[in-house]
Amino acid sequence: MKGSEAIVESLKAEGVEAIFGLPGGVVIPLYDTLYDADIKHYLVRHEQGAAHMADGYARATGKTGVCIATSGPGATNLVTGIATAYMDSTPMVAITGQVRSGLIGTDAFQEADTTGITQPIVKHSYLIKDVKDIPRIFKEAFYIASSGRPGPVVIDIPVDMQLAELDYKPQKKINLLGYKPTLKGNRRQIKAAARLIARAERPVIYAGGGIISSGADRELRRLAKMVQTPVTTTLMGLGTFPETDKLSLGMLGMHGTGYANYAVTNCDLLIAIGARFDDRVTGKLATFAAEAKKIHIDQDPAEISKNVVVDVPIVGDARTVLKDLLEELKKLEIDTGRTEPWLRQVSDWKKSHPLFYKDLKREIMPQFVVEEIYRVTKGKAIICTEVGQNQMWAALFYQHSKARNFISSGGLGTMGFGFPAAIGAKIGRPRETVIDIAGDGSFQMNIQELSTAVNYNIPVIVAILNNGYLGMVRQWQELFWNERYSETCIECQPDFARVAEAYGALGITIKDKNDVTDALRAAIKAKRPAVLDFRVKRDENVFPMVPAGKSITEMIGGQK
Amino acid sequence: MKHTLSVLVENKPGALARIAGLFSRRGFNIDSLAVGITDDPDVSRMTITVDGKEHPIEQVTKQLHKLINVIKITDLDPHNTVARELALIKVKSPARSRGEIMQVAEIFRANILDVARNTMILEITGTTEKVDAIEELLTPHGIVEIVRTGRIAIERGEK
Repeated sequence: MKGSEAIVESLKAEGVEAIFGLPGGVVIPLYDTLYDADIKHYLVRHEQGAAHMADGYARATGKTGVCIATSGPGATNLVTGIATAYMDSTPMVAITGQVRSGLIGTDAFQEADTTGITQPIVKHSYLIKDVKDIPRIFKEAFYIASSGRPGPVVIDIPVDMQLAELDYKPQKKINLLGYKPTLKGNRRQIKAAARLIARAERPVIYAGGGIISSGADRELRRLAKMVQTPVTTTLMGLGTFPETDKLSLGMLGMHGTGYANYAVTNCDLLIAIGARFDDRVTGKLATFAAEAKKIHIDQDPAEISKNVVVDVPIVGDARTVLKDLLEELKKLEIDTGRTEPWLRQVSDWKKSHPLFYKDLKREIMPQFVVEEIYRVTKGKAIICTEVGQNQMWAALFYQHSKARNFISSGGLGTMGFGFPAAIGAKIGRPRETVIDIAGDGSFQMNIQELSTAVNYNIPVIVAILNNGYLGMVRQWQELFWNERYSETCIECQPDFARVAEAYGALGITIKDKNDVTDALRAAIKAKRPAVLDFRVKRDENVFPMVPAGKSITEMIGGQK
Repeated sequence: MKHTLSVLVENKPGALARIAGLFSRRGFNIDSLAVGITDDPDVSRMTITVDGKEHPIEQVTKQLHKLINVIKITDLDPHNTVARELALIKVKSPARSRGEIMQVAEIFRANILDVARNTMILEITGTTEKVDAIEELLTPHGIVEIVRTGRIAIERGEK
């Protein structure tokens, strides 16, 4: 068997059903094998799109996303997508072609040191030097990408390795001396956590993306109910706890809700689960939940006490740890009434600091579009976002209620992520309505994937909140830079509806608030890719907002 | 406080680059680094000296642990560890100062590896402080070049 066949066999053995990629000189042998293989390959228009599609597919399904690019520019075009997956811990295997083994290091045509370039942004990487290693390396790569704290793995394969012969045997065993993720949390620590929880009078759960990776949303809900504790989620954790529940505080942090930020600041116990105390969440570290005891449950030991020192660290898989914690809590007699005054206080904050925007009669408010998407889809859509204001409005004004239904580049903040990620999500879960809430700036960063969406008739909807600005930077310039709008006004813009039509997608321009609902319904009904160009109020800001480096209760804006 | 980390690493291509890369990307400074194979040819040992004052050593070791090729990390207890480094020192040694340099070498138990008309090469093994001390004594004579290995270290006792 040839190396390229061994690659495809290995992919099949891992249950890979969809691959996103674009061929090039040194992956021709691999593509020749894929030509006859029963794995669906989606041809993208730019490799960055392939990486984001694999990422979106992974986030929507929980399976490992796979993308392929050729050597040199193909591989470097993947870099932003790999970094995005790394920062948000999504399982991905990126396969890159490499020049012939003998040419490595000679600056050959389309040669780039892919494992070197990607080294700081991968969980692990391989350069295949012996064709016999293919089954083992693929087995390991998928295991590493999807286990523990998930992340991207790069496999760089010289063209001669794809052509060389090997005696293929499926790899069953994995033997990684230096990699053994901890599943179960330490019993003593879990007991200590349970005791703290049982005593706490003003507890808050702070839930992050780790809940989603480990599939712990049910356990999270059970914990919150059992001990009557309000739950705030990070951007990555949206959907893990239903925002329709009265215990929900929505998102916290720089653009968090007022009540989430007040609750976290005033709590006496903070239970962090699968979250990493990111600067966009904590604001000024010294005042972040300063009075509270802290429990931190995380898969990655390096996250424990990285930014904030905690009292009870528990390393392990969130779901496994929460199950054990629930068992421990059952043994203790918990007076659920003890958090009642606290819940009343939280409810008062909700009344005094609600999410707010001033709706207008004809002009379209971006928040209104997001709320309307929620109403029209009954909150059941998979929402992807680009990055910036559109992302924050999508996070705040849609009531997220289901894990894996909100897909956004949180850590890296990659503009251009949402649309290809939406395509990947739709391929992974074809029955769901998938909507990318976009900005006019971000959408243009991977607009070429309209061609991919039309090519395979993947009916995703792009809802552009078009304000003709790089809006989040414009907002900072307005608030903190004396309204000096340096290079944030997009003066020349295409007619997005006509661009969509030219690609063969549905395109609608919406200028009147009263047409928003119909446009959304039309796009959902169309069953083909659609671009909705909502011309929204141009200078609307995302509020509330905590200026960088301030305490999270020092919010500006958003008050009635 | 200086920490000496003894790190067992799979002897795989790129392992050293990953470790060096990790240190630079997380902003940790390496004081010294020595690499060699162990009794198991599939495993290398890296001895890394870092300043624990500048960076919390716990964060350094946890990040190192995340590298798939890293098998084991020991933060060596300085009271229970023997540490050595080796230096080769080429020093100017015209006839008039040759005697004095040879005396210094003798006191420090340094070996004289090479004698040329105007220079001499000394080999010294010892703690970092000892190497520093001989360097200081030789400096007035004119050091042409000094080559130091990183520190290597091993724990006392049966472990």
